[in-house]
Amino acid sequence: METLLNISTLHYMVLSAALFLLGVIGVLTRRNVVIVLMSIELILNAVNLNLVAFSHYWQSIQGPNALHGQVFAIFVITDAAAEAAVGLGILIAFFRNKETINVDEVNLLKW
Amino acid sequence: MQPIIDYITSYLNSTQTPGAAGNFFWAFVYILLVFLGLSVAVIAMNWLERKILAHMQVRLGPMRVGPHGLLQPIADAIKLLLKEDIMPAEADGFVFWIAPFIVVLAAFTVFVVVPFGPTHAITDMNIGILFMLGVSSLSVLGIVMAGWASNSHYPLIGALRSSAQMVSYEVAMGLAVVSAILMTSLHGLGLYGAGSAGTGDTGTLSMIGIVAAQQEQHVWFVFKFFPLGLIAFFIFAIAMVAETNRAPFDLPEAESELTAGFHTEYSGFRWSLFFLAEYSAMIAVSSIAVTLWLGGWLRPFPNLLHGSTWDLVFNLFPGITFLFLAAICFYSTARMPKHPYFKIQTMGLAGFGALLALIGLVLFVPAVFVRVQDIYWFAIKVAAFMYLYIWYRGTFPRYRFDQLMKVGWKILLPMGLGLLILTAVMGMRSELQHWVASIL
Amino acid sequence: MNPPVATPFFFYLLAGTMLIGGILVITRRNAVHSALALIAALLAQAGLYLMLYAPFVAGVQIILYAGGIMVLFLFVIMLVNLERVQKERQFNKQWLVGIAAAGALGGLFITIYTKGKGIFLDRAMPSGLEAENTQKISVLLYGQYMFAFEIASLLLLVAIIGAVVMAKKRI
Repeated sequence: METLLNISTLHYMVLSAALFLLGVIGVLTRRNVVIVLMSIELILNAVNLNLVAFSHYWQSIQGPNALHGQVFAIFVITDAAAEAAVGLGILIAFFRNKETINVDEVNLLKW
Repeated sequence: MQPIIDYITSYLNSTQTPGAAGNFFWAFVYILLVFLGLSVAVIAMNWLERKILAHMQVRLGPMRVGPHGLLQPIADAIKLLLKEDIMPAEADGFVFWIAPFIVVLAAFTVFVVVPFGPTHAITDMNIGILFMLGVSSLSVLGIVMAGWASNSHYPLIGALRSSAQMVSYEVAMGLAVVSAILMTSLHGLGLYGAGSAGTGDTGTLSMIGIVAAQQEQHVWFVFKFFPLGLIAFFIFAIAMVAETNRAPFDLPEAESELTAGFHTEYSGFRWSLFFLAEYSAMIAVSSIAVTLWLGGWLRPFPNLLHGSTWDLVFNLFPGITFLFLAAICFYSTARMPKHPYFKIQTMGLAGFGALLALIGLVLFVPAVFVRVQDIYWFAIKVAAFMYLYIWYRGTFPRYRFDQLMKVGWKILLPMGLGLLILTAVMGMRSELQHWVASIL
Repeated sequence: MNPPVATPFFFYLLAGTMLIGGILVITRRNAVHSALALIAALLAQAGLYLMLYAPFVAGVQIILYAGGIMVLFLFVIMLVNLERVQKERQFNKQWLVGIAAAGALGGLFITIYTKGKGIFLDRAMPSGLEAENTQKISVLLYGQYMFAFEIASLLLLVAIIGAVVMAKKRI
């Protein structure tokens, strides 16, 4: 009960791990490409949460200027935006050719 | 009992906003006051828009419901509440239901950081302006969902056009805002005061900090580095009209174009939520413009016309405003037709005039007008923006959609970028001179 | 500096919202419902960032993620949303292997976390953490990480050009 009520870095890590697992399950099991891309965003958010939680922990050790985790999180968000844009562009290009959005049917190069 | 009273009264001498001071009770009171003020403002805007637009078009507007149509908004609200709630057959139920709520949530949450005075805000976040821009961009989501969930082509096209327009003009708004934020860090005094990086002070994103920077630099940012501040203000003023889907950028919701766009399939109370959100968003972006460029709660000429007599003159403005409105009411009462049908309306108008006169007289009491000063100047500036919105609607023809996108991307965006660079150069010119001199 | 209030309540509320949102994202048949659940999860994450005294990252999350990336997702979903896709099978043939792999990863996480639980000692947090958060981040971003900042802007330029080229009908 004591560990449940006293929110520490470990709680954030467990939450981040759970979200990461949900994202991984989404990527590995869904057929709809858009939902796979959204699961990737979920993974990136889990990582961001971990980074910011560790930045918060690091501030208690190194002083209030140790915000490296938050800066890293900002870069990850920027990269996620770029990747989502490119991924959705690829999706639109493929949809225009094959009229489907299931990852199973993206098999033109299969033997 | 005593600790509760201590908790409530301990805030009264604080120099912080209730959110920053951690006082829940006063934060809640402020939230209720802002909500109330916003509702009254939206109702007043409804009446004002119809009357002012009518007078600009040489007609009278609503005249029947109350004296000069003053009770028209209430009649509209009752009608909207009693209308049948229609949902299209193939519409996605949950998304159709939640879309108006997201738009209203986004439009109302923005007011958490709007500063009506140095301590008269619900809270003062470190990222105030970023929070306002971010939350107001959440309303795009609600509009897209409303258009998609209606399962009909007019709303879908209207929603896509509306969201494309809002997203484009958010970029232009953001650049104009960045240029104003840059000015908060340049701490020299006056119109062309140049700060230097070595002063150790930094700029700030907090709304109260931005107005405090204007107060400390003795200039409203609209006049700083003239004409750079003015051009940034104009870019924001144009972008904010496009952001709220108002004329002349209201193609997505104009009746002659798209049969009311994304809210075609909404009726009754749900439609009134969209309408409420639109007016709240108008007031919110006007608040951003007033805070960033027009000095927020500062009265005009605090340094040029200083001293206790000038302070007294400016302090009397709230009372004079309400007495002026009361005088207009009494004049209209005198001009009412002297027919028994109009007896109740005449009495109503005289009563309303008396109420305004009473408020005006209360505002002459020194203990009251000292507290009300900041809120009054802020409200007057926002009211001027609301009048401008209605004036634009009555004057300008509508932009075609490709012209709209061209203005947003090809004209406002490069201007904003150039303005940002010029503002930075103007602010750093002493360092630049030293650097150029050291090279040559 | 005010002490944080009701931290466990807000943490569990926001964490619950995120987990429920995550589960809805990966299980909904309709892609628009998944997108809505993801928006709820992202907004809850912004709340968690605020609890971790990171207001600037929270603001960036709301503007970029919830207000930008999700709008992009919704546009594309509306563009490619076919009625027949919703009636087809939602999970692919190797869903069991996928869940087994995720379970193995979860087991790895649990092992590491239970072994390393004692590392995080309870230290006192310094005061005044949120007052100058943006300013301190800007000192780091334009100082130590300036190169990464420029590379990120180059990356965004490449991504914009790439997305436009790929989505055009005729290049």
